[in-house]
Amino acid sequence: MIEAFFAQMPALVIVLPLLAAPICVLLHRGGPSWFVYLLTTWACFALAFLLFVQVKIGGPISYAMGGWAPPFGIELRLDALNTVVLLLVTGIAAISSVYAKASVAAEIASERAYLFYAALLLCFCGLAGITVTGDAFNLFVFLEISSLSSYALIAMGSKRRALLSAFQYLIMGTIGGTFLLIGIGFLYMMTGSLNMADIASRLPAVADTRTVEAGLAFIVVGTSLKFALFPVHVWLPNAYTYAPSSVSAFIAATATKVAVYALMRFLFTVFGAAYAFDQLPLGEVLLVLSVAAMLSGSMAAIFQTDVKRLLAWSSIAQIGYIVMGFALASSAGVSASVVHMVNHGLIKGALFMAVGAMFWRLRTISLNDIAGLGRQMPITSAAFVVAGLSLIGVPATGGFISKWVLLEAVMEPGHYWLAAAILVSSLMALIYIGRVVEALYFRERPEGQPPVGEAPVLMLTATWTLVLANIVLGLYATPLIGAAERAARAVLGAGS
Amino acid sequence: MSLASIADNFFGLFNYWVVILLMMIGFYTVISHDNLVKKLIGLNLFQTAVFVFYISMGKISGSTAPILMSGKGSEDVLYAHPLPHVLILTAIVVGVSTTALGLALVVRINEAYGSIEEDDVLEADFETQEEETEEEAERMARAEARQERESAQQDHDDGREEEDDDRETRS
Repeated sequence: MIEAFFAQMPALVIVLPLLAAPICVLLHRGGPSWFVYLLTTWACFALAFLLFVQVKIGGPISYAMGGWAPPFGIELRLDALNTVVLLLVTGIAAISSVYAKASVAAEIASERAYLFYAALLLCFCGLAGITVTGDAFNLFVFLEISSLSSYALIAMGSKRRALLSAFQYLIMGTIGGTFLLIGIGFLYMMTGSLNMADIASRLPAVADTRTVEAGLAFIVVGTSLKFALFPVHVWLPNAYTYAPSSVSAFIAATATKVAVYALMRFLFTVFGAAYAFDQLPLGEVLLVLSVAAMLSGSMAAIFQTDVKRLLAWSSIAQIGYIVMGFALASSAGVSASVVHMVNHGLIKGALFMAVGAMFWRLRTISLNDIAGLGRQMPITSAAFVVAGLSLIGVPATGGFISKWVLLEAVMEPGHYWLAAAILVSSLMALIYIGRVVEALYFRERPEGQPPVGEAPVLMLTATWTLVLANIVLGLYATPLIGAAERAARAVLGAGS
Repeated sequence: MSLASIADNFFGLFNYWVVILLMMIGFYTVISHDNLVKKLIGLNLFQTAVFVFYISMGKISGSTAPILMSGKGSEDVLYAHPLPHVLILTAIVVGVSTTALGLALVVRINEAYGSIEEDDVLEADFETQEEETEEEAERMARAEARQERESAQQDHDDGREEEDDDRETRS
């Protein structure tokens, strides 16, 4: 019985939220729907943890969906890389589900809250699906499931500007998704297979054709649109700024990471590092774009007055760090990418949650309005400061560890200009986080504003859980670095 | 390359030329039009081009539809590859839901702004932004005035030192 359950775990991670979403719609009320959402995400978190342990002990798991053996059926495949990403996605979803209740009650009309939770579950299902699937076309379908539901979620923001942001995201996101579809079509044309491992084994025979090269180009551009790499990032600041707080926290911490994972999966597992980085100059292209993302994102963040928009621009810069890591195509680089993916997920989750808690009180989040809040919302403000320090990369926080391993990775082949770019971008992070901290602690409350109290306990608990996770990963980084190194070995070993 | 081979190339790959043409028309429409509905139509064309691409991929010249047939010689019948067609059914569903969601957003944008031209919407946002910044500036001015008053009060009480401190924190 127990064994039968263990065998079905990879499918359950997708099936649970997919079933829970219509249950939310049937329940037709916000409160019970929230409870369903909470249970589902925590159950998936537990499953992800079990899968992580199982893969760590027993090696990769292959699950044949519906009993159809791969490469003909859809295969779910879990290895050292995607169990880490799955753990991050489910973990953030679980913690943000605790956070969501109060935040949603304040920002979403109560008669629509159940639909909100249903969309959130679908988005979660899509992200988990992208992570576990081993089938290229299936990945596209899950990507569209998560994207479509996140367009709807962003449109539920309280300002009317959320609508146009969601529409712009829909246009850009659909173009990205369609590019990915074209790329997969090219690969299918040349290999006659959709299973990633199967494509990988058939690809070397036809690798020198223009069709495969075009397929790679379409896949890289398509996924880059989804994770907002530098020149195609314009949708992200608006989408994150005007989305409801709980959505910003969840999507900022997970969606971009999962899209980066999808690109890593295609580059390393399907095409192979040797093809994408040695035969084609993809590494150089991605390195230049990542540096541009880091510098332009941090620079733009410095000049923002809306704190959520500031964090969104900072996300664009942080995506640069992650892309830089795997663009090196070395073992150290890929593991640095994975470490920063996890750490940045935790940092941005915590920051957006803290900002959401301030929004919950003030209904606005510009730098002038949060001035002096450090004394009136001390716990929330402290959470922002600690997570902000982690974003800058102060020792004893997770952010320090990821910057450290990334610096080691870029120094290894002697790319000193990349190291300089990392340091400059970190200094700029110090400036933009510093501006918020200055507003919180060293300015007076605006006149005529009544004093405000702390945010609800559940919101604070969720925020501080992520903040503490940052500190724990900063002080005791061995498990994460170990997992990242195993992930790097898994993908690079499969590629070469 | 002779003229005949060029023509052969063109007509042999006719479907793919159509795909590229359709895709570029759609893409250009998305980029160039301000009207949100027209943008969606462009997006649809763009996606449809990909549908045609997949369907062309599965076609073998001289083949029939992939339908199970009985009778003599049915084993040797050449039929089109059905898998790309099935895949594209899924993509069509994705396309339809994207369009539905996009149109729903356009309806909401029209309700909120009274226009579906992107320029009008952005302009409306820009105007409210100006109002917001004005409000912000007023609030700042009020806060400064208050601090001024307070520091004047303190000045009266404790001498000049406090005022200097106050200026520093403000700047």
